[in-house]
Amino acid sequence: MHIPDNISKEEKVIVIEGLYKSFGENHVLRGVDLHLYRRENVVVLGRSGTGKSVLIKIIAGLLKPDEGHISVLGKDVENLSGEQLRQLRLKLGFSFQNSALYDSMTVRENLEFPLVQNFKHLKRAEINKAVEEVIDAVGLSQTINQMPAELSGGQRKRIGVARTLILRPEIMLYDEPTAGLDPITSIDINNLINEVQHRYHTSSIIITHDLTCAKSTGDRVAMLLDGIFVKQGSFDEVFASDDERIKSFYDYNFIHQ
Amino acid sequence: MNGNTGASYKPGKISRFFLHVYHAFAFVMRFFREAFLPPFHFKEFIRQCYNIGYRSLPLISITGFITGLVFTKQSRPSLADFGATSWLPSLVSIAIVRALAPLVTALICAGKVGSNIGAELGSMKVTEQIDAMEVSAINPYKYLVITRVLATTLMLPLLMFYTAFVGMMGSYLDVHANEQTSFISFFESAFSSINFLDYWASIVKALVYGFTISMVGSYKGFHASNGTTGVGQAANSAVVTSMFLIFIEEIIIVQISNFLRGGA
Repeated sequence: MHIPDNISKEEKVIVIEGLYKSFGENHVLRGVDLHLYRRENVVVLGRSGTGKSVLIKIIAGLLKPDEGHISVLGKDVENLSGEQLRQLRLKLGFSFQNSALYDSMTVRENLEFPLVQNFKHLKRAEINKAVEEVIDAVGLSQTINQMPAELSGGQRKRIGVARTLILRPEIMLYDEPTAGLDPITSIDINNLINEVQHRYHTSSIIITHDLTCAKSTGDRVAMLLDGIFVKQGSFDEVFASDDERIKSFYDYNFIHQ
Repeated sequence: MNGNTGASYKPGKISRFFLHVYHAFAFVMRFFREAFLPPFHFKEFIRQCYNIGYRSLPLISITGFITGLVFTKQSRPSLADFGATSWLPSLVSIAIVRALAPLVTALICAGKVGSNIGAELGSMKVTEQIDAMEVSAINPYKYLVITRVLATTLMLPLLMFYTAFVGMMGSYLDVHANEQTSFISFFESAFSSINFLDYWASIVKALVYGFTISMVGSYKGFHASNGTTGVGQAANSAVVTSMFLIFIEEIIIVQISNFLRGGA
C-alpha cells in the first residue's frame, strides 16, 4: 500500500480493530479494521447506509461499539472516564453532514462557543483573535454577525469546519463534507479539507460517497461494503480492483454525475 | 466473532415500557449527580430564567386574573344563599393559594415552557446540534438540561405567587364591585384565613411542578428522533406527560399537607 512521504508512517493516531455495531437486526459494521497515520487523510468510501457515519461517531465516542477495539491518540475510547473522553474530544474535530450549527446563535457565537465553554479563563481579546483567525481560514469573515439560517449550504459547511478548528484539533472527522452541494462548492470544500490538513497539520477521516472528493482529498481510500473494508489503498489502487462491487460503485458514480 | 452482542435483542412491549422507565429514571438521577458539580453555566441559567419567568408573565397575568374573577363570580350565588358573601375573600384566598395558583401556573407552564423545551431540545437532537456540543467537549446535559431544570424549578414558585396576586386582584375587583369592600379589608380578611403551611405546601407544589415540567420536556427533547415529526411528538408528549404527572403529584401533596394539617 502506498503512503505519501509527508505522512508519519511511525505514528498511528487512530487504530480500529475488529469493530462490530448492530442496530436491532441491522448489522451495520461487521469486523472493521482501520488505522490512520499522523497527517494522513483517509477517505472512507461507501454507499449510503453502509455504516460510514456510524464508524466516525464510534470514533468520537458518540456511539458505543458492540465489539472491537478503538484507540485514538493512544487512548482506548471505550475505557475512558467522562473527563478523559472530554479531554480527548478537545483534540478531535467533527464536521457534521448538516453542519449542526447552533440555530439560536450568530456565526461569531457559534465559533466562540467551544472556546468559551472549555477555556473559561480566556480573555475577550484572545477569543476574538481566535475567532478571526478561523473565520479567515475558511474565508467567510463577512458572515461573522449573520445567523446560520442566512447562510448557504457551502457557507454552513465552512463555518462548521471553522468551529471545530477553533479548538486546534489534531484529528478531523468529516461526515459527508460535500453532500448536498453543487459541484463548484464541492471543489471549494475539497480544497478547504486539504488546506486544513496543511495549515493545521491535522490527520483526517473523510466519510463520503463522492468520488471527486475521495480523489482530491484522500491520501488513502478505504472502501466500505456490507459492513467491512473490502479494499484499502490509493484511489487508483482501490479502483483498479477486480471486485465487481467496487467497479459498479465507480460506474454508478460517473453515470449519475 | 459474533457482532450481535446485545444489540440484536428485541424487547417486548412490557420490557420496552420498563426499559423506558429505567432510562427516564437514569435521566433524572443524572441531574442530581451533575447539577451541583462544576462547570456551572450561570449565564445560560439567567437566560433561561428570563425566558421561562419573564416571558411567561403576560399569559400568567391574564389567566391568573380571570381565574380569580371567575372563581369569585361562581362562588357568590352559593354563599349568598346563606347570606355569607362576606366569607368570599377567605374562600377565594384559600382556594387560590392552596390549589388554583400552583395548578393554573403549572398547567400554563406545562403548555408554554414544557412544549418549548421539548421542541427546542428535540430540534437540536435531530439536527445533531447536541452531538456537536458533545464532540466539542461540552456536556450538553449540563448546558441544556440542568440550566433549564434549575431555571424552571426556581421560576415556578415566583410565577405561582404572581398568579396568586393577580388572581386575588381579579377577585377583589368583583367583590368590590358587588359589596363595595375596601382594598384593605378585603386583603385583611383574605390573609387571615391562610396559614404558614398553606404557603409552604404551595411552594413545595410549585417546585415539584417546575422540576417535573422541565425534566419531562428535556427528556422528551433529548430522546427525539425521526426528524421534524419527532420534534412535534416530543413537544406534544412533553405537555401531555407533564400535565398527567402534575395531577398525580397534586393528589399526593394535598394528601400530605392535609395529613400535616391534621385533617383527612
